[in-house]
Amino acid sequence: MPDSAPTKTVNLPGNHACALGAIAAGCRFYAGYPITPSSEVAERMSVELPRVDGVFIQMEDEVASMGAILGASMGGMKVMTATSGPGFSLKQENIGYAAGAEIPCVIVNVMRGGPSTGLPTRPAQADVMQARWGTHGDHPIVVITPDSVPEIYAQTIRAFNLSEQLRVPVVMLYDEALGHLIEQVSLSGSGDIEIANRKWAADPKPEFQPYASGDDLIPEMVRPGDGFRTHTTGLTHAENGFPTQDPELVDQYMRRILDKLEIHNALIESFEAIDTEDADYLVVAFGITARAARRAIKQAREQGVRVGMFRPITLWPFPVAAFESIVGGKHGVLIAEMNAGQLITEIERYRPAGCRVDGLNRIDGETITPRQILNSLRELADNE
Amino acid sequence: MNEAGKQFNIRDYLREYLFPHFLCPGCGHGIALRALLWAIDELDIDKDRLAFVSGIGCSGRLGAYIDANTFHVTHGRPLAFATGLKLARPDLEVIVITGDGDCLAIGGNHLIHACRRNLNITCMMLNNEVYGMTGGQVSPTTSSERYTTTTPYGNHEPVFDACALAEAAGAGMVGREITLQTPGLKDVLRQGLAHEGFSFIEVMSDCTEVFGRKNDLGSSAEMVLTQKASVRPDFLEDAVDQPFRPHQIKTGVLAKNDRPEYAESWRRHIEAMKRERGHA
Ligand code: SF4
Repeated sequence: MPDSAPTKTVNLPGNHACALGAIAAGCRFYAGYPITPSSEVAERMSVELPRVDGVFIQMEDEVASMGAILGASMGGMKVMTATSGPGFSLKQENIGYAAGAEIPCVIVNVMRGGPSTGLPTRPAQADVMQARWGTHGDHPIVVITPDSVPEIYAQTIRAFNLSEQLRVPVVMLYDEALGHLIEQVSLSGSGDIEIANRKWAADPKPEFQPYASGDDLIPEMVRPGDGFRTHTTGLTHAENGFPTQDPELVDQYMRRILDKLEIHNALIESFEAIDTEDADYLVVAFGITARAARRAIKQAREQGVRVGMFRPITLWPFPVAAFESIVGGKHGVLIAEMNAGQLITEIERYRPAGCRVDGLNRIDGETITPRQILNSLRELADNE
Repeated sequence: MNEAGKQFNIRDYLREYLFPHFLCPGCGHGIALRALLWAIDELDIDKDRLAFVSGIGCSGRLGAYIDANTFHVTHGRPLAFATGLKLARPDLEVIVITGDGDCLAIGGNHLIHACRRNLNITCMMLNNEVYGMTGGQVSPTTSSERYTTTTPYGNHEPVFDACALAEAAGAGMVGREITLQTPGLKDVLRQGLAHEGFSFIEVMSDCTEVFGRKNDLGSSAEMVLTQKASVRPDFLEDAVDQPFRPHQIKTGVLAKNDRPEYAESWRRHIEAMKRERGHA
């Protein structure tokens, strides 16, 4: 690759890797509000963006930073904001706007413990359901959960690609421990990163319908200034972009924005399966907990219990087909998560008959250890 | 007449295919929209470069009727959205249309910080003293003693002076006008559009159907005449024979400063940084 920047290996905390992944993906606008444990994402963006002629702005609150990135996105830029639980709650209003008006954007939620202000400096994985259902109404959203610093970098790039291609908000969901963990990351040279862009509409025609789509269910986007002069609204709208309450058109719109994720599932779905083929038992874990699970399944095998791991990387939409094909024939599944039992409800929906489902939950602001997983696995195997 | 010598025709700026519009007969918002488009016409701003951002409420629905790039966003957030849009696209003429509830209640925080930043956006706030679209509830600008559906015994809260707030927060230009003075309103809006910085213009509108009816304020014509009697235009500033009375509301251009425009100073700042580090 003579023209591209060379690949560089550096030590980085997760939050910095997220910022650098965003820049590599082409993000040129960041608006945010300080909140622990995500602030380093903003700090790094404030250093990097001016160097690439991008814009960084710290807004007056979380609501405004979410609003500002949507404005910039409609102006034609790739955009991101980062926050943690309390701020994620405040952003939900405009996340819904992004889902409804189909505005590409990436939202990073570095999870901390507890409801309300909770545990600002301690990790948790308790925003699993909020990430999926935080904003009101039926809506499309993609949620990605990396489990290492290099994966934060790579998956942030992918989050932008998905968001731009599918016109959907994409959430990067990882916890405080990963956000502050320092690992080696190889930063790809500019030539070897795959970058996807939104589909732009060609020449403005008077009959242009901003929310009409082909079979891919993704309408083309327009930039203000290019002569289209379209309308964008959070109200339920017809293909012409204007509000409608016509049941037929409402139904058409609702189904299209939901179905578009379904038909592009191959693009969205991502997971890791370790030693699942011969396994009698399965651990389901994501993010920081998957790291403990990796060790626990090895130890379990040493003790003669055949265990594998299923790790959703795309958490929502949950990789159902992949999970179902792997879970078939297993005697039991252990879901280890740092919350009171959120992902387990999804797993229970797809549990095959006769397969026992156990939860291992930690809600004390500490990460789950390999020993805890191992003990729970033994219990699962003994009681099955 | 605009600079090209063409007579202003509001139809050149409207999406007439969306008519009939939703406004009640006698509503002041339509006149405000006319004044805004008239000012735009006089400044000869290309429609493709025009971006309107509006929030929720009767004011928020106006944007859809304008043949331009129009964004109808979440309640109270048009200034936040507009800030992102303008920073991403300094080439656009970004105009916010908002109401007293949208701008001063749910969106109050965004207003003061938009004034402070002084980004080149024009914000037209339609003040009709009420939440019209939701059926007539009290707003931060409802006059004292007025009846609304949530002040059945009369309003007891003090009123927000939006212009004083905007001026104190640092807006580059602040103005206020009544709809009866349509040419005057057009001129204030024109000054706001031309000003390099954040311009805040309050339009004293009238919600005849909901607020007027509830308070027995008469027809729309009567309402605007009452407004006219309550204001003190800026051109009377030095008129000795018409002394200012404390209850009078000032109209016209109320404040102007030449604080640096946000995007411009950001760009200068970054360029200086790049020169310093030798990678300009
Ligand atoms: S409810 Fe009031 S503000 Fe709304 S359109 Fe009718 S008269 Fe105008």
